[in-house]
Amino acid sequence: MVTFVIRRLVAMVFVLFMVSVLTFLIFNVIPNSDPAVQMAGKNVTPQVVEQIRKEWGFDQNIVVQYGKTMQKVFTGELISYNNRVNVVEEIKRGAPRTFSLAIGAALTWLVIGVALGLFTAVRAGKWSDSLVTVLALIGISMPVFWLGALASYYLGYKAGIFPNGGYETFSEGGIGGWVQHLILPWVVLATLFIGVYSRVVRSSVLDTINDDYVRTARAKGLSERRVLVKHVLRNSLIPVVTLWGLDFSLAIGGGAILTETVFDLQGIGQYLAESIRRLDVPPVLAITLFGAFFIVIFNTLIDIVYAFLDPRIRLQ
Amino acid sequence: MSVSISQAPEAATQEDGETLLDVQHVKQHFPIRSGILNRTTAHVHAVDDVTFRLKKGETLGLVGESGCGKTTLSRTIMRLIEPTDGTIAFDGNDITRTGRRQLRPLRRDLQMVFQDPFASLNPRKRIREILAAPLELHGVAKGDVEKRTEDLIERVGLSREHVNRYPHEFSGGQRQRIGIARALALEPKLIVLDEPVSALDVSIQAQIVNLLEDLQDDFGLTYLFVAHDLSVVRHVSDRIAVMYLGKIMELSPSEELYVKPIHPYTAALLSAIPVPDPKLNRQRERIVVGGEPPSPVNPPSGCVFHTRCPRARDLCKVEVPRLSAYPNGHVAACHYPLNVTEAEVAASTKSPLSPVNSGDTQPERVEDPNAPLRSGVAVDAPSA
Amino acid sequence: MTQSQPLLDVQHLKVDFRTEDGVVHAVDDVSFQVQPGEVLAVVGESGSGKSVTAMTLMGLTRSPNAKFGGSAKLRDLDLVGATDEQLRKVRGKEIAMIFQDPMTSLNPVHRIGAQIVEQIQAHEDVSDAEARDRVVKLLERVGIPRAAERVDSYPHEFSGGMRQRVMIAMAMSNDPSLLIADEPTTALDVTIQAQILHEMRDLRERSNTAIILVTHDLGVVADIADRIAVMYSGRIVETGTLDEIFYDPQHPYTWGLLGSITRIDRERPKRLPSIPGSPPSLLAAPEGCHFRPRCRHEFGDCVKYPQLEGRIPESPGHDDRCWLPVEEKRKRREIAPGQIGLEMEGATA
Repeated sequence: MVTFVIRRLVAMVFVLFMVSVLTFLIFNVIPNSDPAVQMAGKNVTPQVVEQIRKEWGFDQNIVVQYGKTMQKVFTGELISYNNRVNVVEEIKRGAPRTFSLAIGAALTWLVIGVALGLFTAVRAGKWSDSLVTVLALIGISMPVFWLGALASYYLGYKAGIFPNGGYETFSEGGIGGWVQHLILPWVVLATLFIGVYSRVVRSSVLDTINDDYVRTARAKGLSERRVLVKHVLRNSLIPVVTLWGLDFSLAIGGGAILTETVFDLQGIGQYLAESIRRLDVPPVLAITLFGAFFIVIFNTLIDIVYAFLDPRIRLQ
Repeated sequence: MSVSISQAPEAATQEDGETLLDVQHVKQHFPIRSGILNRTTAHVHAVDDVTFRLKKGETLGLVGESGCGKTTLSRTIMRLIEPTDGTIAFDGNDITRTGRRQLRPLRRDLQMVFQDPFASLNPRKRIREILAAPLELHGVAKGDVEKRTEDLIERVGLSREHVNRYPHEFSGGQRQRIGIARALALEPKLIVLDEPVSALDVSIQAQIVNLLEDLQDDFGLTYLFVAHDLSVVRHVSDRIAVMYLGKIMELSPSEELYVKPIHPYTAALLSAIPVPDPKLNRQRERIVVGGEPPSPVNPPSGCVFHTRCPRARDLCKVEVPRLSAYPNGHVAACHYPLNVTEAEVAASTKSPLSPVNSGDTQPERVEDPNAPLRSGVAVDAPSA
Repeated sequence: MTQSQPLLDVQHLKVDFRTEDGVVHAVDDVSFQVQPGEVLAVVGESGSGKSVTAMTLMGLTRSPNAKFGGSAKLRDLDLVGATDEQLRKVRGKEIAMIFQDPMTSLNPVHRIGAQIVEQIQAHEDVSDAEARDRVVKLLERVGIPRAAERVDSYPHEFSGGMRQRVMIAMAMSNDPSLLIADEPTTALDVTIQAQILHEMRDLRERSNTAIILVTHDLGVVADIADRIAVMYSGRIVETGTLDEIFYDPQHPYTWGLLGSITRIDRERPKRLPSIPGSPPSLLAAPEGCHFRPRCRHEFGDCVKYPQLEGRIPESPGHDDRCWLPVEEKRKRREIAPGQIGLEMEGATA
């Protein structure tokens, strides 16, 4: 197990390095235009361009450029030339919002998805199974921005049950306010995944229920509840863990852009969307890098958890 | 074609008749990687210096338990994998290191029937497509393909209209017949059968074995028949090789193996086969060889069987026994063989089939070699 | 053999499965008894209904598509009609089962010690430490080396033979009076098979456990069984003691089974005797005797439903379902001097 963990961590460091090089190349090297001009965005004056060229090392070799880029991003000295705002500070401000949205939604879709998946697996073939399946497919098919807009309009603006977008921190409105602002975004973001997860769990449980060791468990005289929990669930949820890790990290890494924008949560995703619209490169560069890093690190953790759950994996 | 016992002396010498397959000192060692840097720390000695020749029209039975290397050996011979060492010659051509492109035309002549009839047929294809595939691949004319597939399916005992069905509509025995038909499609010279009847019921096994024999006569086929026990293989084989932990322990004309097993492992295998005769069973002295086969990653020194052999002595732990040649083309790798006379032991020579690293010590006849082995757990039964 | 109350009394057991293609009569009027400490072998090929019978005794075939008839009394409890809770109480305690494939019969993510402790604690109020102690002793008894260490290993760390031993230890953990073994050695090598059979014989000696051994291999049976029930197409076609079945078989299917075994202690026959044809579909079996289409001795009476009954006055308890007179049977089954079989017609589908 220890060897496994160490090997995974070493691989992770390697991947992070490759990711950073790739991101650097995509933003600062590959594009055909003068990177300094690009970096300046809409605020193009010769002095600014010259300043950028010096700060970012565009007049020097590629290795120095890479070094300076990484230094800027990771020491927080990165500013947007459009509005002179410190990018990393902006990201830090938006992070709790994005995390609140993603974590809440991820837990929601996990719990409801597993529950529905289990429900339909146990009732496979009956009409309740078909009904839930149809609902799940509808959920998967509804685009987030459409559902979000609908929910926000009817339940927020019109009915006034929920606030009309926006985000409230704890200090502003207490836990109550915070939750109230996030319920619709959570549900909207989770809907798609609930559909997918209920199908995945259903099929995984159906597979496991027919496995020989479940038959052995029953033959041992264990209670049906114990058979379902310790043998069926315990085994069938293992693949779901990896899937959830992947989806959650993707949500943080930028998948929640649409939801954030529709509900005006001012999180990292929304910041990213606005930066792209403004052709403001530094924030896009930083968010891409941070997002990719988060995905890699989080998935390494998930790999390790997986090995913990399934001892056969440790052999690799 | 079955060679009966009376012809055995001629058939036994390797020089007569055309050699179709010549396997020389073949090894297959798979690397094991472990540790943080994934370095190769050890090797699995799946096949560890195996030599034999197959003559045209002959059936060689290859028998051994799990981990003995018979499946790896059969796949190496089929050139599905490349041997780590040694040479393989098929029909006079050296195929040891040939690439896939050059191997293609050879595939006409070298076919395989697999163990699991449920997994070896593509469930999404009809039988006609499965049988037509090899024919089309090797350029048989469109018009002929249909006729030939129907002929084939009849030849293996099914009916013509079965070509329109899917594999799941057939029983295990029928599916195996289809697998055989597929192997026959190009009229190969050699068919390697990897445990073709293990997954079938006993009476169906008999049907398939009879079919294989008929086909061998009709088509002039040569078989390498891999099996995990000595009961099934007896009927089809002219000669039988017994493998253990990657090495050949004994190779003998088939009838003689059952009457006069020379290697203690063969005797143990025979003894482990329950005989469907209760009175006989009650009298029979059964050898229960204890423990499990050791790991092929770290094979025991000297004779690989010494850790479980009730007859093992000091020499066995130290020197790899040569394959000693006894009359009738019967060879066995044992320092203290069973069922041999003093004269036979004295006259035995070192067979060219012996592994390269084997010693030269003449075997010795000890105790009363004709008495059955006493039952019991062997010295230091290795843990799983 | 004392005429005490049998440990297990199965009467007219019927199991039907509703499928898309119709009703499958998997088990059709099966009756037999098992005495305490007795080994009964149930022999048959795929589709004979032997596994379904075994699993029905454990209640493992209960599903919305299954319909049951008849009874299976384990002492006083009818296993067929029992409630789920009654069944759960005896499963793993009075009656235990081991399955064919030891690779897949153990949960790969739990340690084997924990899996056995689970069974003990499901039936007895025992502390973890005490249960664990018992488990180590059980593992030692079935021949697992270094049991105290191996108890914390995972199933994939064992070989097939060792896994089967673990299964046996687990099944025996609560000292059941009846052990059902469904093809326990089919997936194992011949030498390991011999070891496991040895183990099971030992079990019977030590704990007087009755065993129902389900298998398709008559050779294995000759080693260990007291009585044999031969099944074909959902029915028991013959039942008798070990010697009766091997030396005086009455049903042509039994002859066929005996005939198709390769005997290594005899000269090699010219052609391996087999049984022509294949077993009938369980959806639509032939009328009367199910073996008719494959039996070369078929005659007029065979369309009538044959009862499983004793037809030899000198051998009570030796029952079969063949209409032929006893003398005819004894004549026709010898296809060669000293060779019992059902002469085969040639390779057919």
